[in-house]
Amino acid sequence: MNARITLATAARILRQLRGDHRTVALMLVVPCVLLGLLAWLYADSPVDVFDSVGPALLGVFPLVVMFIVTSIATLRERTSGTLERLLTTPLGKGDLMLGYALAFGVMALVQAVVASAFAVWVCGLGVAGPLWLLVVIAVVDAVLGTALGLLASGFARTEFQAVQFMPAFVLPQFLLCGLIVPRDRMPGVLEAVSDVLPLSYAVDAMKDVATRTDPLGDVLPSLGVMLVWIVVALVLGSLTLRRRTP
Amino acid sequence: MTDDAIVVDDLRVVRGGREVIPGLSMTVPRGEIVGLLGPSGGGKSTLMRAVVGVQVVASGTVTVLGEAAGSPALRRRVGYLTQAPSVYADLTVRENVRYLARVVGADAAAAERAIAAVDLTDHADARAGALSGGQLSRAGLACTLVGDPDVLVLDEPTVGLDPVLRRDLWRIFRGLAADGRTLLVSSHVMDEAVRCDRLVLLRAGRVLSDSTLPGLLERTGTTDAESAFLALVDADDGRAVDPPPEGYRGRHAGEGS
Ligand SMILES: Nc1ncnc2c1ncn2[C@@H]1O[C@H](COP(=O)(O)OP(=O)(O)OP(=O)(O)O)[C@@H](O)[C@H]1O
Ligand SMILES: [Mg+2]
Repeated sequence: MNARITLATAARILRQLRGDHRTVALMLVVPCVLLGLLAWLYADSPVDVFDSVGPALLGVFPLVVMFIVTSIATLRERTSGTLERLLTTPLGKGDLMLGYALAFGVMALVQAVVASAFAVWVCGLGVAGPLWLLVVIAVVDAVLGTALGLLASGFARTEFQAVQFMPAFVLPQFLLCGLIVPRDRMPGVLEAVSDVLPLSYAVDAMKDVATRTDPLGDVLPSLGVMLVWIVVALVLGSLTLRRRTP
Repeated sequence: MTDDAIVVDDLRVVRGGREVIPGLSMTVPRGEIVGLLGPSGGGKSTLMRAVVGVQVVASGTVTVLGEAAGSPALRRRVGYLTQAPSVYADLTVRENVRYLARVVGADAAAAERAIAAVDLTDHADARAGALSGGQLSRAGLACTLVGDPDVLVLDEPTVGLDPVLRRDLWRIFRGLAADGRTLLVSSHVMDEAVRCDRLVLLRAGRVLSDSTLPGLLERTGTTDAESAFLALVDADDGRAVDPPPEGYRGRHAGEGS
């Protein structure tokens, strides 16, 4: 691995995104529209439901969006031949993995700032803890989505399969992350599964920031689990990426 | 240390459950241009993938510049052009070439030289997705040239190009060979055979012929590469090599001059 190649790869991926205005707009606008819709949906309810669901959604968007974008982008590299060419160059597999993680981490930073600002100042989401921590969690969450997307795309042979991995990888995590049923009220087995899945920790961390004035002590362990997942997914991803193919 | 840049020894490749290359040996001498010709599906791309080290091989060895194909030391010294134009459609030509330049450790000036070499300076800021087919394949070639590799493995670099561009590219290839670079170039266009130092005819993963063009013509008693190739294929099928119909032969004889 080589810092020059990793950074060049991240810059190249960001340039590709920058050229695609519609994708960038969708990445930034869709979370806001959904948050706005949700705030509106609960506008007339007696208790402030949005304050408990809103933070959880802030934890779901980055992971889902980056998962989809990454798995399609890397599959495109595989099918277009650009990956085959790259694998004959000094580029290491780690350079490619980290390049993607860095590039989408930067995208996630922008997305997190926009979505959090919209949730707090436009939708009136009540956040007890510091706002910067929301953004930090969102960025780690997005890099997690990218890492899982890289791993999943290794198993996809076609675009159709790559798109199907979204419901396969992400929807179970979404159902079990505590957004629909609080995690401590799930059947024991499901709670145990939920305790392993990374999205649960993103949602927990977001909720902690929203409800506690001093959440750092609760958030750091969750971030730790997410980081472990990122490393595991990137390592598994580089192991499944083969220079030689049949 | 031998004088051969590429040595393929008893290579066997199985793809999709079929034995695509059943045991192939060949060499490419240093500083020469070797043309890889043969029918579609004959295994040209597969052989090239093995030479650059991205093909899973069943057995046999491929040695490039004295090292096992695909070994880390070779990745800076071997340039590969895939048959599919492997450029990022959403980047400009310049962005594509500069990215590859950074990956192989070349500078921006090298990128500009590579773009100029394939005559795309006028289109350097055009998005690759908006290029014509021939321009696209030249953009891909610029990405291969930018690292100034010692060995170039080019899979159909001149497909879909007009005669003027083809001549210009072959001048570049010849210049590279004169500088001591080694080129393995596949082609469908038989008249490009004239421009190669040696020709390897590949069919069903086997070498039908490996010689210079004059040697090939002499052996087959033909006057141009295309008829020589057809004669070899017919002989390979065990068919008698019929004299071609008069009109056909006349047309080719005319072209050969
Ligand atoms: N990805 C693949 N999986 C399985 N089999 C493949 C694959 N790619 C090629 N083959 C098979 O390998 C054989 C050789 O293919 P190859 O691409 O090397 O031929 P080629 O000489 O380059 O043909 P062309 O001139 O059409 O490019 C063919 O029979 C083809 O069907
Ligand atoms: Mg081919």
